[in-house]
Amino acid sequence: MASKYANITFMGYRRENGRVGVRNHVIILPVDDISNAACEAVANNVKGTLALPHAYGRLQFGEDLETHFRTMIGTGANPNVHSVVVIGIEPDWTRRIADGIRETGKEVAEFSIEQKGDFETIRAASWAAKDFVHKATEVQREECSISELWVSTKCGESDTTTGLGSCPTVGNMYDKLLPEGITGFFGETSEITGAEHICQKRAINEEVGERWYKMWKAYQDEVIFAHQTDDLSDSQPTKGNILGGLTTIEEKALGNLEKIGRTSQYIDILEPAEQPRSGNGLYFMDSSSAAAECVTLMAAGGAVIHTFPTGQGNVVGNPIVPVIKITANPRTVRTMGEHIDVDVSGILRRDQTIDEAGDALIDMIRRTANGRNTAAEALGHREFSMTKLYRSA
Amino acid sequence: MAEIPHLLVHEHADNVGVVVVEGLTAGTDMLCCVTHDNSTFRLTARADVPIGHKVALKDIGSGDTAIKYGEDIGKFIADVEKGGHVHVHNLKTKRW
Repeated sequence: MASKYANITFMGYRRENGRVGVRNHVIILPVDDISNAACEAVANNVKGTLALPHAYGRLQFGEDLETHFRTMIGTGANPNVHSVVVIGIEPDWTRRIADGIRETGKEVAEFSIEQKGDFETIRAASWAAKDFVHKATEVQREECSISELWVSTKCGESDTTTGLGSCPTVGNMYDKLLPEGITGFFGETSEITGAEHICQKRAINEEVGERWYKMWKAYQDEVIFAHQTDDLSDSQPTKGNILGGLTTIEEKALGNLEKIGRTSQYIDILEPAEQPRSGNGLYFMDSSSAAAECVTLMAAGGAVIHTFPTGQGNVVGNPIVPVIKITANPRTVRTMGEHIDVDVSGILRRDQTIDEAGDALIDMIRRTANGRNTAAEALGHREFSMTKLYRSA
Repeated sequence: MAEIPHLLVHEHADNVGVVVVEGLTAGTDMLCCVTHDNSTFRLTARADVPIGHKVALKDIGSGDTAIKYGEDIGKFIADVEKGGHVHVHNLKTKRW
């Protein structure tokens, strides 16, 4: 008998490559920091577009540059994006990013500023952006299967209530929806520290588990031990985590891992901002535990909805992906209610089960996919943060 | 559950639980619930403990291992009495 989750549908935007989006953005994407001003001017000229300013993109090299390109291309390729205007200082990297996005089949227009200046670039790019807005606003939503949703998760400002309530709620959602064919993402490499032995065992087989462990160990050796001044105890747990009652990195990691539920297993491992290529299922993305960086990387990987458990009250959003906030902390519901989409504080009062909370989250995912704006969208939280692996040349 | 619990414990093996109400004061006769099977017990709080912070479920000696989620979450660096507040002043990771 089919589960009651198998027949869930939503009204989404089907893109040229078959992927389904839940938003319909026309974005103005700067290749580099010095093109932010032109992008913001175009977005100001043409209503219904969204500029995505960021801090990097010049003199990067090696793996750091590859991560930058993957993030740029993945952001433009995300099915929540209808079409893209790319603006960079020079034509070569601009074309590389534009061509990468074009592989999805969506419309992309590219502009470079050198030898033209901001005025001429903004004029030409504004015409392209206006054309895209007319086209985007004529696209209709159509009925799509729940199996076509790509849903990511990452928690923030965690406390002991996230491990008791909001993270198990996300885990329950994955346990119910992954069998229906959704694609899921979790990550936060540094926050698995303390529960790495458990995370390794949640791989679909030993080979994937071993690759996961190597990735985690490389992070320990190349990032933590290479850059530490003493240890991680000043940043993991964070000062906010400690205020919320979390004492050790192990305690935090065990709560974090509740987000993959009881039965879910990850089928593969992704580089930061890498798009899944192993079919439907759950993926671990090597990623920072900083909220905006992590959500940005998962959006570049192709997630169209993000589920975000919080304890003490993280306010993060993303420009192209709706971020659904879930909390079980009754004090946070009381003091920061405007940021919360799904209140599962009933779990702490024992008048709501994890199963009921999981169903409430699934219902909010469906409504968000249909177009309901999240708290972060309504409040204008559009944090777009590029991951920087090491200093530029 | 008619009465709202003051303290939640993940697993029966755990020796710490989490305060889930605001304004808990020393001397409160706490209703405690083990989320694994919803079984309950009572415990007297020995300190004012903020929501989200942990309480020792039994008398604990310095050097003992803290268990939560049924797992090792660190070592105690001071004695804690049953019902006492557990946090960074008496519990530390074994990792560094």
